[in-house]
Amino acid sequence: MTALWGLFLRDLRLATRLGGGALMGALFFLTVVTVIPFGVGPDLNLLSRIGPAILWIGALLATLLGLDRLFQADRDDGALDGILMGDQPLELVVLVKCLAHWVATGLPLVVAAPLFAIFMNMEPIAIAATTATLLVGTPALTFLGAIGAALTVTLRRGGLLLAVLVLPLTVPVLIFGVSAATSVSIGPTPFGTPFAILAALGLFAAVLGPVAAAAALRFAAE
Amino acid sequence: MAWIDYANPTRFLGLLDRLLPWLVGATVVLLGVGLYQVFLIAPDDYQQGQTVKIMYLHVPCAWLSMFCYMVMAASSLGTLVWRHPLADVSAKAAAPLGAVFTLICLVTGSLWGKPMWGTWWVWDARLTSVLVLFIMYLGLIALWQTIEDPAKAAKAAAVMTLVGVVNIPIIKFSVEWWSTLHQPAAVFRMDGPTIDRSMLIPLMVMAVGFTFLFMTLHFLAMRNEILRRRLRTLRMIEAQGLERGAA
Repeated sequence: MTALWGLFLRDLRLATRLGGGALMGALFFLTVVTVIPFGVGPDLNLLSRIGPAILWIGALLATLLGLDRLFQADRDDGALDGILMGDQPLELVVLVKCLAHWVATGLPLVVAAPLFAIFMNMEPIAIAATTATLLVGTPALTFLGAIGAALTVTLRRGGLLLAVLVLPLTVPVLIFGVSAATSVSIGPTPFGTPFAILAALGLFAAVLGPVAAAAALRFAAE
Repeated sequence: MAWIDYANPTRFLGLLDRLLPWLVGATVVLLGVGLYQVFLIAPDDYQQGQTVKIMYLHVPCAWLSMFCYMVMAASSLGTLVWRHPLADVSAKAAAPLGAVFTLICLVTGSLWGKPMWGTWWVWDARLTSVLVLFIMYLGLIALWQTIEDPAKAAKAAAVMTLVGVVNIPIIKFSVEWWSTLHQPAAVFRMDGPTIDRSMLIPLMVMAVGFTFLFMTLHFLAMRNEILRRRLRTLRMIEAQGLERGAA
């Protein structure tokens, strides 16, 4: 248990100190949110209607952007071989690495979301709903992304391929995240139904992601 | 002779040589009979007129786009669980076929949708999930091509294929879970098909014919892949020999 906790703290420290990885994601998120009004026009009514969707897509892209760092840095300095040969179950190790990665890169996005929601002229209740869905949904994105990160860890420029592989898997999370977030202001369904499905998807991804990613890491190391 | 005996590629190639003429023959006969029925026997739809003929291409391709993925998923299990040496050949050979069938399904659906629904494309659940399937096929092909070592590529692709299986039930049941523009299932239903026999029989003949076409193409692609790998091995041996000769 202490080994896993140590790994968690180590990953967190590396992520926050090296190259400003954590803030980079939030900065990219801000850039996406800023660019959208240039694309669709500065109409505040329209922006407040599509605001939750914009925040979700921005968070999704920002998550994908940081994912290649999940195993790549460890592989480059040889730490990954040490982890693979260690006596901790690899699935748990991947789970802990994903959690640390989410705290370092996903959580800042969730914290930043209410601020960016104000730019989008969203209602307070919609802001609260969107932030809650992001809090539940972004870990699912990280867990699913871990599969792609593990599959492309041996490739020199796996970043684009990672995005292509992972994006189709994140579609259900995006659908239910956005429908829960918009349900409070527009949608016909109550907030609880899509939110419960979103939470279920998150739990499902927390099981599926580490198992598949651990398998992929083992095969890549063979 | 159990299926594991065909782990030997030479024996498998021998089996293919005996099997392929029959498969090609069955494909030609079934598609011939099917096309005859489609164009000369099956009636035009009372609402859709002649455009209903697109169905006989669209539905078999839609069925194969999912069937092909399930073949790849079964092959991936073969790679990861039983380490069957031909399983990854099968998975690799199926991916481009699946991508093409999915693309035909999307294009014919679009051509059919324009006169019927008045639009080339809608973001309906069935259409969107099939588009996601198409992207997944392309991603898998890219994964096969970017990892150089075939054994490592096989395992990576197998993991990805098995993870992607979650999309198949979404496609199958999307028309029932979300009520959208695409019509619900009409052939495989608990209470029997809702299509008239005059259209159902040609459709089934075409579907079986296309399945045989898929099997034929799949086996041909597997044979190509085995030969390609042999060539690769021979080149490696030759290169090693040259290296030793130079040293």
